[in-house]
This record gives sequence, structure tokens and C-alpha cells, in this order.
Amino acid sequence: MPQLSDLIGSFVDDKICYDTGYQAPSQPATHTTQPIVTGSSVLGLKYKGGVILAADTLGSYGSLARFRDIRRITTVGKNILVGASGDYSDFQKIQELLEEVVAEDYCLDDGRTHTAKEIHSYLGRVLYGRRNKMDPLWNTLVIAGVENGNSFLGQVDLLGTQFEDDTLATGFGSHIARPLLRNAYNENLTEEEARKIVLDCMRVLFYRDARTIIKIQ
Amino acid sequence: AMATSAMVGQGEVLTGTTIMACTFDGGVVLGADSRTSSGNYVANKVADKITKVCDKVYLCRSGSAAHTQAVAGYANLYLNQHAIELGEKGVSVKSAATIVKEIAYTNKEWMNAGMIVAGWDKAQGGQVFAVPMGGTLMEVPFAVGGSGSIYINAFVDKNWRAGMTRDECKAFVRKAVSLAISRDGSSGGVIRTVTVDAAGQNKEMVPGDQVARYQDEHLPTLGSNAPIFT
Repeated sequence: MPQLSDLIGSFVDDKICYDTGYQAPSQPATHTTQPIVTGSSVLGLKYKGGVILAADTLGSYGSLARFRDIRRITTVGKNILVGASGDYSDFQKIQELLEEVVAEDYCLDDGRTHTAKEIHSYLGRVLYGRRNKMDPLWNTLVIAGVENGNSFLGQVDLLGTQFEDDTLATGFGSHIARPLLRNAYNENLTEEEARKIVLDCMRVLFYRDARTIIKIQ
Repeated sequence: AMATSAMVGQGEVLTGTTIMACTFDGGVVLGADSRTSSGNYVANKVADKITKVCDKVYLCRSGSAAHTQAVAGYANLYLNQHAIELGEKGVSVKSAATIVKEIAYTNKEWMNAGMIVAGWDKAQGGQVFAVPMGGTLMEVPFAVGGSGSIYINAFVDKNWRAGMTRDECKAFVRKAVSLAISRDGSSGGVIRTVTVDAAGQNKEMVPGDQVARYQDEHLPTLGSNAPIFT
């Protein structure tokens, strides 16, 4: 005599019983994936009245230097930059989300657009929310901008860790370049000096990081 | 990648493959081998890995045969609907590539599909879009994919140039795929090419015995080492 529990995952059509093969999952679904096409370090440095970001233009596929002319730093609105290391497809998704934010600003047409700090907060909440679902956007992001002559520089990572500083570096750069940037930083740097420091750090990273190329953005 | 190596033993079919697509002056040439392997067994030696997704846009498929066939099917469905809405204007290559990317990206956890979308449209001419595993979308002048691609990355980097003619591009694609077949056990069979330009689309094939051989692959022709068959 078939029990009701036997029939779960099946249906009866006349005299034929079909088994759909469905079984209730014993564990909730998790999605934590692995990064596939990846970008290496992004550097950020504040100077007097501005902020500079740098990244190389390589999208690695494991150890293969697969795409050698990608852009890992994007603009948001008129005066905000977002740079990414980590999975490039997830960064492309983030760019789509940021486009929606900019479009919303445009449609509201109320004289205000999102500031760099607000974008930093927004991305922090998005990434933290995804991490809590065990389905992260596998990126470390650098957000930079200028408001009323004050420079802003912040970082968000795939875990949702969110903070600001005068110097930033993701990936390999956090080990190699960040100490160099910290040493060189002072609040009266000119743009020229800041550029020189950042390019020097990129050169050191090209020497010491096996997943870099010479071309930078 | 992820699920696949565990399932190969149970007979999941893979397109261990060489695929590529190149722009030339006026269009694109897509190329692929024709071997579908199931573990070490060649399940299909005359497979067609270049699939039409809409008028004048084709998809090169590598990775799991099941996954990429499903992607091609869905892309074809959505692009047919899109084409009806656009009418005479025709679907752009970028739209087709974006649909493929959306499917690949949304299902990135379990999909095993490395694909190249290439075609011709009136607005932008010949274009090639790479959609590797993970669902990145990159427009590139040329792209290679599949397990055999690693052997020809350097060859293709050195020998591709902008502004080739149709015939030069076809010869280039055939040469590259034959080199990959030479070294990659998961690639073989015939070399299929599809040429898409303003005039139309042209599907061709180089039969297996006419595929170029290199170095110690050549069969000796004289003496006691003469082959039984060529």
C-alpha cells in the first residue's frame, strides 16, 4: 500500500506513476563561486584637492594573460571613480548597478547627484548583503572622488569590509605598494607628485606581481 | 572546471575543443575543430561547434556540450523574439553577445561554457565578442577558446593583423586550428569555418585528411616505413 510520503516527488496519470526525482534539499543553497577572469591590484592616493587611481589593464584567466586591454577603473557621474580587482564579470555587473544609480539621479532631476561617499556606502551595503547570502561579488573596490575641494578615498571588499584612508591598495598592492604609498603620503602633495609616486608603485608591482602587465590605466 | 571533472567519469560529454573567431576587413571568420570527447572516447568526430543564434551571428561553443547547446537554444529563442520587435533593422552582434553573457553570468555557479560570439551587422560591421567562463563580456579583434587554444595563443598574437582580406583571414583561422589540433588530444576531426560579411554567411569544411600536419606527424612515403593508408 503506497504511503503519501512515497508519492512526494511523483504524480499519477491514470495507471502510470511518474517519479519527478525531486527531493527537498537538506541544506540551503549556497552559491559561493570562484573568480575566473581576474584583475590584480588597484592603487589609490589622495593629494591636495584631488585623488588618483591606477590599475593595470590585464584580465587574467588563471595564469594565462587572457585579456590585455581591459579597463578596471570606471567613472560614475562626473566626479567619481570606481576601481576593481577580483572577478571581472562581477565588476561588469557592478558597473550595471552603478549605471542604474546614475540614471535614477538623472530622472529625479533635483539638483543633487550621488557623492563619492554615498557611492562608497551603497557599494558597501550591496557587497555585504551578497556576502550574507553566501553569494559574493568577488571584488575589492576602490571608490574615489572630490566634493567641495575635499578628496575622498574608500575601499569595499567581497566580505563587505568598508573603510576610508588617505592611501589604498588592493590585492598584491596591499602588501607591496601600500607601505610605499603610506611613506610617501603627505597632505600637501601636488597632482604631479602623486602621479609620480603611484607610477613608481606600479613599476614595483610589475616587477614583483606575476599577474600584471606593463600597460596601465 | 567545477562539476565537470567529477562527471566526466560518468560520461558527461565535453567539447574539449579549439574555437576561434577573427575580424577581417568587412566581416568575421569563425573556426572550430569537430571533436566531442567523453573522457578518452571520441563521442562525435564530426561535431559542429559553430551554431547560428540569429541572422548573421554565430556562437562558437566550448566546454560542456549540454550547457552550450542549452545556451544556444535560449539565445536563439530570445533573439528571434527581439528580431520580430526590431523588424527590418536586424539584431546587432552586441545584443546577441549580451544575451549570451546574461545567461552565462546568471548561471555561473554550475555552468561550464567558454564561448565566442561573432557576426556582422550593418551598424558596426564584423565584431567578435569573447564570453569566457564566469560570464565576462569582452569585445576583441580576435579570440581563441577551448582546451586547444592555449597552444595557439602566441601564434595568433604574432600573426593576426588588422585589415586582412577574407581569404587571408580564412587561411589564418585554418592554420591556427590545425596547429591546435596537432597538439591538443581533445581537438581533432575536420576544421569548420563560417565566414560572415555584408554579402551573407558561408559555412565550409576542411576534411580530416586535408588538415595540415606538422613535424613528426608527417607520414613517411618511401621504404619499409611506407604507411598502410594515408
